[in-house]
Amino acid sequence: MNIMENILTNQTLFISLVVGLFVGAASGYLGSVMVLKRLALVGDALSHVALPGIGIALLLEINPFVGAFAALFIGTLLVWGIERITTVPVEAIVGIIFSVSLAVGLLVTPEPELLEALFGDISAVSPIDGILAVALSVLVVAAMMAIKRKMLLGIVSEDFAKAQNIKIGVLNLLFLILVAIVVALGVKVVVTLLMGSLVIIPAAASKNIARSFSTYGILSLILGAISAVGGILAAGWLNFAPGPLVVLASAAIFLATFAFRSGRA
Amino acid sequence: MTVPILSVKNLNVRFDSKSIIENLSFDIQKGEVMAIIGPNGAGKTVLFRALLGLIPSDGRIEWPKNIKIGYVPQKLAVDEDLPLSVMEFLRFKGASDEEIYEALEAVGFLKGHDFLRSRLGNVSGGEFQRIMIAYALINHPDILLFDEPTAGVDIGGEETIYSLLERLHQKENLTILLITHDLNIIYRYAKKALCLNREKVCFGVPKEVLSPEILEKLYGAKIGVYEHNGEHTH
Repeated sequence: MNIMENILTNQTLFISLVVGLFVGAASGYLGSVMVLKRLALVGDALSHVALPGIGIALLLEINPFVGAFAALFIGTLLVWGIERITTVPVEAIVGIIFSVSLAVGLLVTPEPELLEALFGDISAVSPIDGILAVALSVLVVAAMMAIKRKMLLGIVSEDFAKAQNIKIGVLNLLFLILVAIVVALGVKVVVTLLMGSLVIIPAAASKNIARSFSTYGILSLILGAISAVGGILAAGWLNFAPGPLVVLASAAIFLATFAFRSGRA
Repeated sequence: MTVPILSVKNLNVRFDSKSIIENLSFDIQKGEVMAIIGPNGAGKTVLFRALLGLIPSDGRIEWPKNIKIGYVPQKLAVDEDLPLSVMEFLRFKGASDEEIYEALEAVGFLKGHDFLRSRLGNVSGGEFQRIMIAYALINHPDILLFDEPTAGVDIGGEETIYSLLERLHQKENLTILLITHDLNIIYRYAKKALCLNREKVCFGVPKEVLSPEILEKLYGAKIGVYEHNGEHTH
């Protein structure tokens, strides 16, 4: 087949697809819990926090992923810490941190790189970055598998979780770190400003269909992977940038799942 | 005198500067059913949460070592579209499926029942309450804390929530702490009553301590459930 041949002979496209597959799957899986925790928009806002990190990394000529992750890590720590010591609602904290980051990011990122930082490009992923992205995606999914049941019990009833000696604060911090990793990875696959969608949409779509938590998690993972791979393939075919098409692919899947939702008893 | 299963001494709970429970002391013996009554905002649920160690408190709360406490909260807001099946929820307790089926059987659900696969947010009120009781019963607790069972929910057959609790009490010698407003239930099932309105208003055998004067003091107005049907003041 022509497409298969193209994928196998074109190294750049091959790396893009593998990275998209794994990062899409990890984002979808993590997103399933974010949507239930009502943190969907936090993921979106956090993606903007990556920008100053990328900018500074480009200035210092280090790997932009490292910069993005460092910025996200500090951002999530701030959100977590401020939430614990004040009664300011999380969304307000996130709103403030996110707009400040975007402002700082726009100031520090050198102008030629600004476009790349904002809009990312999966076709520019090196083999080493690709291996790193795959390994981290696997790590994120494994860590999430280990904590997801405890987290969900905390969502159903914080009292039940506390009564079973589950440390919700620690779990939330761990979860936010996983979110930081996934968002930093996703910045490469889709664009910074669109990363939120890779986390939210697959989960929202599978929530339309799934009745059990296990189905919901697996389905979010699969739909995330399909969105990323589908979007990247369509981009290559139509000669567009992959990011927006990944988002559009996931949105199409979301629309399709509505049929199941309305058909459900 | 045996050692009580729960001993509370000079318990104080404050939220910020507001005092919710003041100088509360009482004991419960193993196998007793105790009702906690009081007006809304009297601190009944807060007492439960303090006993469970969910909120900070001053004073002494003494449980025997390794006590297993089952807790049935008043209500949980579970979204209708939360993708979580009944069985998955019950597995959160970390017990084997056999133990879960045993607890389900105790509340009258049969193994393989179809609804175990439905979403937790989609079951009826009566089913939900039974699931919560089953959740509390997994691991065979020594004591059950039950925050306001809903009277009149259909739990199948002739059984009510109260006859179910009575059966568990008889069979497993379960100690039960119950928050309720229903005086008939208290007279019928509870061996002791604790009247709470921030502080202890009464404590003892229901028929002896729940006098019209006490109830009036507790609820701040004469209530028409007792022998002396006084005028209602609203």
